[in-house]
Amino acid sequence: MMTVTANSVFIDNQPVELNGEVNLLTLVRKVGVELPTFCYHSELSIYGACRMCVVEIEGRGIVAACSTPPTPGMRILTNSPRVQRVRRTVLELLLANHERECTTCEKNGNCKLQDLANRFGVRKIRFGERDMKLPIDDSSASIVRDPNKCILCGDCVRMCSEVQGIGILNFANRGSKVQVTPAFNKKMAEVECVNCGQCSAVCPTGALVVKSQVNQAWKALADPSKVVVAQVAPAVRVALGEEFGMEAGQIVTGKVVGALKRLGFDKVFDTCIAADLTIMEETTELIERLEKGIEGPLFTSCCPAWVKYAEHNGSNLLKNLSTCRSPQQMFGSLVKRYWAKELGKEPKDIYVISIMPCTAKKFEAARPEFTVDGVPDVDLVLTTQELSQMIRESGLDFAAVDPDSFDMPFGFTTGAGVIFGASGGVAEAALRAAYEMVTGEVLEQVNFESIRGFAGLKEATVNLNGKEVKVAVVHGLGNAKELLNKLNSGEAKYDFVEVMACPGGCISGAGQPQAVDMNTKKARARGIYHADKLSQLRKSQDNPVVAKFYEKWLQRPNSHEAHETLHTSYSTRARITGEDIELLNSDREHKVDLAVCLGTCCYTKGSYDTLQEFIRQAERNGIKEQLNLHATFCLEGCENSPSVRVNDQIYGGITAERVGTFIQEKVLPELERNKE
Amino acid sequence: MAEAKKVREDALAVPRRRFEKVNEIIARHGKSASALIPILQEVQEEYRYLPEEILTYVAMVMDLPPSTVYGVATFYVQFSLEPKGKYVIKICDGTACHVRGSDPVKEAIRKRVGLKNEKHTTDDLRFTVETVSCLGACGLAPVVMINDQIYGQMTPDAINVILDKILEEEGDVK
Ligand code: SF4
Ligand code: SF4
Ligand code: FES
Repeated sequence: MMTVTANSVFIDNQPVELNGEVNLLTLVRKVGVELPTFCYHSELSIYGACRMCVVEIEGRGIVAACSTPPTPGMRILTNSPRVQRVRRTVLELLLANHERECTTCEKNGNCKLQDLANRFGVRKIRFGERDMKLPIDDSSASIVRDPNKCILCGDCVRMCSEVQGIGILNFANRGSKVQVTPAFNKKMAEVECVNCGQCSAVCPTGALVVKSQVNQAWKALADPSKVVVAQVAPAVRVALGEEFGMEAGQIVTGKVVGALKRLGFDKVFDTCIAADLTIMEETTELIERLEKGIEGPLFTSCCPAWVKYAEHNGSNLLKNLSTCRSPQQMFGSLVKRYWAKELGKEPKDIYVISIMPCTAKKFEAARPEFTVDGVPDVDLVLTTQELSQMIRESGLDFAAVDPDSFDMPFGFTTGAGVIFGASGGVAEAALRAAYEMVTGEVLEQVNFESIRGFAGLKEATVNLNGKEVKVAVVHGLGNAKELLNKLNSGEAKYDFVEVMACPGGCISGAGQPQAVDMNTKKARARGIYHADKLSQLRKSQDNPVVAKFYEKWLQRPNSHEAHETLHTSYSTRARITGEDIELLNSDREHKVDLAVCLGTCCYTKGSYDTLQEFIRQAERNGIKEQLNLHATFCLEGCENSPSVRVNDQIYGGITAERVGTFIQEKVLPELERNKE
Repeated sequence: MAEAKKVREDALAVPRRRFEKVNEIIARHGKSASALIPILQEVQEEYRYLPEEILTYVAMVMDLPPSTVYGVATFYVQFSLEPKGKYVIKICDGTACHVRGSDPVKEAIRKRVGLKNEKHTTDDLRFTVETVSCLGACGLAPVVMINDQIYGQMTPDAINVILDKILEEEGDVK
């Protein structure tokens, strides 16, 4: 029994020594009492709104444990009759306002609300049912939002704004009409959501779920005319086991392959080999830039959520974004372009299913750039969770599945390809390659410890033939945003920057089994680095199969052929859909539509002055009444801002000084033409 | 002729002047998040409501997520995301007014200005009719407020007289 000191509190009459705990919740959990919560997440700020974590303090009554600091001498009851009563009422109220179609809900069996209702034996709800039925939003490629199931805990709101720095979702309205929604009640596909899925990963209910495509997978597997091939991303192999009672971080590569074969996949391949290929291409790109002395860091492009973020946030970034496709897309491209031929098949006869930790990969696979003659390079993306769903459906006992090995040729990888699964992995793999490519010497010590782990910003400096090359690694788009600000202000300078949208990298992807805490994520990262350590080969440039690919298909890194197959291009995207702002409205028969972009890039480049100048000059030229002048939010021409649109034609670089000539050269002739 | 030209010129200039005003308002309040509410108040005075595209613009200039601006704009009753009429008629439905018959007064107003179903604003943007919880003039119950003017002890007949007068001023003799 513990002794009582001046620094003790009493939890259910047991003395407990305080040790710097900031709130009662962590303290109570430390002594082995699992207080229920909805709105508490160790990675997010404390909100204290769900009232699920209540405890009773003698002399003070009921308080929310997550937002109450402990003070010495406090007497805390975690399961008193009052606590029980309040908890039950809170649960019943939440359930009364929640659509209760548990059996058909995507979160069934994985839902915190259901779980707690069950744990506290709620069998009857004393309050009426909700009478509103709001529309479900399935516009996004990755996430389905059902506001009828939202319990307003705000977890998604804080995840998207605090960790991702974006703020797509927020509370709107007041009183009984409160909702968590994107701006103006728009659909997820109409705003700058990057499909990272982190909001759905923290949502305790079925209000935000990953779009399931399991049925499409079954359909393809049952289609005899298709050769169905799987590619498995690195992070899957250290997490899938969790769904079947194994420890986090346990490497289950063999079992994943075995299970996929038994589900009926014709071939099972490893995305890691495409990661090795990515390193060959990206490192070559990096070295070229260093040699040419191109300004600004090269940003990695493996993470589709980050790529979309960059597209929404502008031009400066895009020209520094590596043109390499992600490993998923490199794989798809190789399979459909070359491997199909070797098999004597058409691309459409091969059906590529990726098994990914990631929800944004669904969006990436659907990007039009990655579809050739109507055939997508990657036909379908399933998350780790969706795969576990298929395994369960099939009745396979995962623990008992015989391990199998990946098929060739896309089955041989190096440790460098595997560490892509954790934040810092891409940069580390690139450094392993860059060193040898530039110096021509063998790199003995391949571990770059300083860019591993969970710190928000990680750095490394490597000496390449006398040049100090500076590398930064960030994960979580909020961290990326901070770094971008520093790069823009000149406060920071790097040559190479790795960005992963999910905190911790792909191991924490929103498609992974729900990770309750940091320890799970850390264990997965350890699993990844362990797999690397066990690999015979640890550098992408040593992968003999990759070398074969170059010999057979691609010539050499960054060759014309490699560019066609493995690289891509980007274009800027509007941040939100919506109407233009009307400034002048002409009712003349002969008129010109003129729109000046006031989107973020253009605005920061002075497009407001451009706009004012247009009005002034239009007056001077006497054409004001013939102008339909609008301010618009993004003409998606941010590379060359400020952008202006005349009828359907977009022009870039129209600063206020250029307006006069622009009117003479483009607007007046257009008006003349209209008259003819 | 000259008259018509002027009217047209004014019409052309109004949206532009308003938009210039938005910039001026933001510049005056600064771009810190705490300035958002006063900015929205003034923008609403300018436009009589908060148009979506203007809110998007405000969010962009202030470097806030549009969802935050939308959240604030929908939280306070004083803000409206829908255009309001030239005459905003508020009918108090606090306890005192309700007991003294604010409902029939409301119905009379809605009928006179031609509002049906769930609508609050007439299609010609002339009238907006709303109920509010308490105008703080319970002694005069039931109370109706038209723009800034308070009318006490209203009855359906009394309000019709007032509305007739407004409609007449608007050149709508029915
Ligand atoms: S998917 Fe990511 S970007 Fe989109 S709303 Fe959720 S957290 Fe925000
Ligand atoms: S959508 Fe989910 S995470 Fe967001 S507030 Fe609602 S219940 Fe909470
Ligand atoms: S967890 Fe404490 S109030 Fe929600």
